[in-house]
Amino acid sequence: MNTSSESNYLNASRGWKSWLFTLDHKRIAILYFFAIMFFFFVGGVLALLIRTELLSPKQVLVGAETYNQLFTLHGAIMIFLFIIPGIPAILGNFVLPLMIGAKDVAFPRLNLASWYVYMLGSLFALYSIVTGSVDTGWTFYTPYSTTTSGSVISMTLGVFILGFSSIFTGLNFIVTIHKLRAPGMTWYKMPLFAWGAYATSVIQILATPVLGITMILLILERAFGIGIFDPAMGGDPVLYQHFFWFYSHPAVYIMILPAMGIISEVISVFSHKKIFGYKAIAFSSLGIALVSFLVWGHHMFTSGQSELAAMIFSFLTFLVGIPSGIKMFNWMATMYKGSVSLESPMLYAMSFLFLFGIGGFTGIMLGALSVDVHLHDTYFVVAHFHYVMMGGTVMGFLAGLHYWWPKMWGRMYNEAWARITAVIIFIGFNLTFFTQFILGTKGMPRRYYTYMDQYQPLHAFSSVGSYIIGLGFTIMAVYLIHSLFRGKAAVKNPWGALTLEWTTSSPPVEHNFELQPVVVDGPYDYDRIRIENDQRIYKEVKMKSETETKVGL
Amino acid sequence: MSNTQAAYLAHHFSDAEQQRESAKLGMWIFLVTEILLFSGLFVFYAVFRAWNPDMFINAHRFLDVRLGALNTIVLISSSLTVALAIRSLQLNDQKNAGRLLLTTILLASVFLVVKYFEYSHKIHLGLLPGKYFSFQGIEGTNPHVFFSVYFVITGLHGLHVIAGMLVISWVLLRTWQGEFSSEYYTPVENAGLYWHLVDLIWIFVFPLLYLVG
Repeated sequence: MNTSSESNYLNASRGWKSWLFTLDHKRIAILYFFAIMFFFFVGGVLALLIRTELLSPKQVLVGAETYNQLFTLHGAIMIFLFIIPGIPAILGNFVLPLMIGAKDVAFPRLNLASWYVYMLGSLFALYSIVTGSVDTGWTFYTPYSTTTSGSVISMTLGVFILGFSSIFTGLNFIVTIHKLRAPGMTWYKMPLFAWGAYATSVIQILATPVLGITMILLILERAFGIGIFDPAMGGDPVLYQHFFWFYSHPAVYIMILPAMGIISEVISVFSHKKIFGYKAIAFSSLGIALVSFLVWGHHMFTSGQSELAAMIFSFLTFLVGIPSGIKMFNWMATMYKGSVSLESPMLYAMSFLFLFGIGGFTGIMLGALSVDVHLHDTYFVVAHFHYVMMGGTVMGFLAGLHYWWPKMWGRMYNEAWARITAVIIFIGFNLTFFTQFILGTKGMPRRYYTYMDQYQPLHAFSSVGSYIIGLGFTIMAVYLIHSLFRGKAAVKNPWGALTLEWTTSSPPVEHNFELQPVVVDGPYDYDRIRIENDQRIYKEVKMKSETETKVGL
Repeated sequence: MSNTQAAYLAHHFSDAEQQRESAKLGMWIFLVTEILLFSGLFVFYAVFRAWNPDMFINAHRFLDVRLGALNTIVLISSSLTVALAIRSLQLNDQKNAGRLLLTTILLASVFLVVKYFEYSHKIHLGLLPGKYFSFQGIEGTNPHVFFSVYFVITGLHGLHVIAGMLVISWVLLRTWQGEFSSEYYTPVENAGLYWHLVDLIWIFVFPLLYLVG
């Protein structure tokens, strides 16, 4: 693939063994890239099947039972196999050590193990699909999940195993950030993506084990009837929901925090302006991580938990809006009076701002008790979390993928097609999911393969939107694959960014840097530095005299 | 920190100190995940004990306090031996370290043997979890849940004992091969940390299950 004569991590060694036994974080990121993209494709096809079935209230493709399996698998695959590992394991693995000037992550063998554990977990999930599948929804709520005939055990065992993969990655990142920063890389000189990855890792460490034990208890309940969740045996199904959401709500922030990190990078680079409110963005990531553990009950407002608990959870849920809002306003303030250039990563970042804004705002609406009781389990909720997860995380992922693509492969993609695709996906996304907000407020419940005739126009509209998204991703696959073979060679620093990964060659050499980097400048000092032909040009320093003038006035 | 690169230093660390600190931080984070794993089971315990306080008192009488106490002493002793093994390595006494690690593994086996007798007694009486529970004579609602809690917690803990034995056997082999010295003994230290956690969890499990009323 790479024709350049210079040695880099892609051509340093050859043969399948050099990939499957690699300890290089960059190669492990590429292994993750192909595995995760495969599951993203599968999850996407399932989504299109779901939308096609919903074109008409009558049966179009599949019956009710198959439909239940389709939406369960779409959810489970997209969440556990794509969106949770997506940004940390692909982009985080590739970029994080480079960004902080390290030669690798702290535990390279654990890093490779995490990929194998991921593959093993995904095999359990695939095994479940071919042996009866699962129709419980991705949440595996009891008592249905302990009584349905589907192969729940292999799927939940798969989720349990995938949890280890997630923990390994999180553990590796925390230690890497604490111990392997380059000389001069103080905490406040760290790029904000590293802060985002750190906050994500904290949640992965603290929440994932609880999901693990929940899945084990669910398997034991199903296999041996231990009586913890089954009311017939003296157990409590609502307890399952508490266990499940204690992980799965923080997991939502495992998904969004790294995307927010990417947005912080991309917005500053493409606005050619120093990030506004660096510390506020950094600490709001940790703030979100903290609050994330206190809000799980908002998934259970209609489950019969006590009114007092519901009120407290509702109040705490509103608190999440504060750090999220801090980030949104800081990003907008960064763009304000910047010289914004609309390259494809920036288009995705701006999509993020718009879509995550809507997703976050509707989240506050759903956090309000009285509203939630009406909208619970309707398409409004479906639209809300797709705005956050796809409009937020996936847009962030795409921004990061386009931003770091030249670094990963040493190749540029076709920028014109990339911009067109960003617009297509943005339009398709809004057609698909904004429609579902309206469907939800009109009372369309989620998870049904049929509906009353009055909903048909909106459902059809939403389905057409999903085909437009599908078209966008198809074009993207074409121009990205094309770039690997025919793309023009990337320079070290095609975007003029100041973080360390752009100071090494594209693609990087095997041990990341020719010489151990020593950090002097901040990651966003665009006020003093600009990049010309991969070189740092220091602008004349006028800051001090300006300040003095102001003081004088 | 010596100027010559030691064999144990991985390429991506700049010196042995950085490698040692990374390994220890990584281990501590891993221990946090273990605590959270068990915390789910402690919630399981707390919820059902709060709902059925009398049943818990009646059911716990069928656990053998003396065997539980014996196992507590055995595990605490094994924590001591593993700590002394690290001390021996710090003093460059590999022979003694090996003996102490071997003693730790033997004590862990004693724990499992005692657990085996406890389990087989309960299986014999039909004091089994959930739907396999067949014992008559415990007053209170849902006594089978107590034995679900008992078997899940002690079962998961037992698996951790076995995992700990494997880890300690591995560092024991490496000790015998002379890989560790006062300069480098991080793997033994980390194995010791893990073993202390296994011990510590038992110290919570024992009173919660055996000393209820």
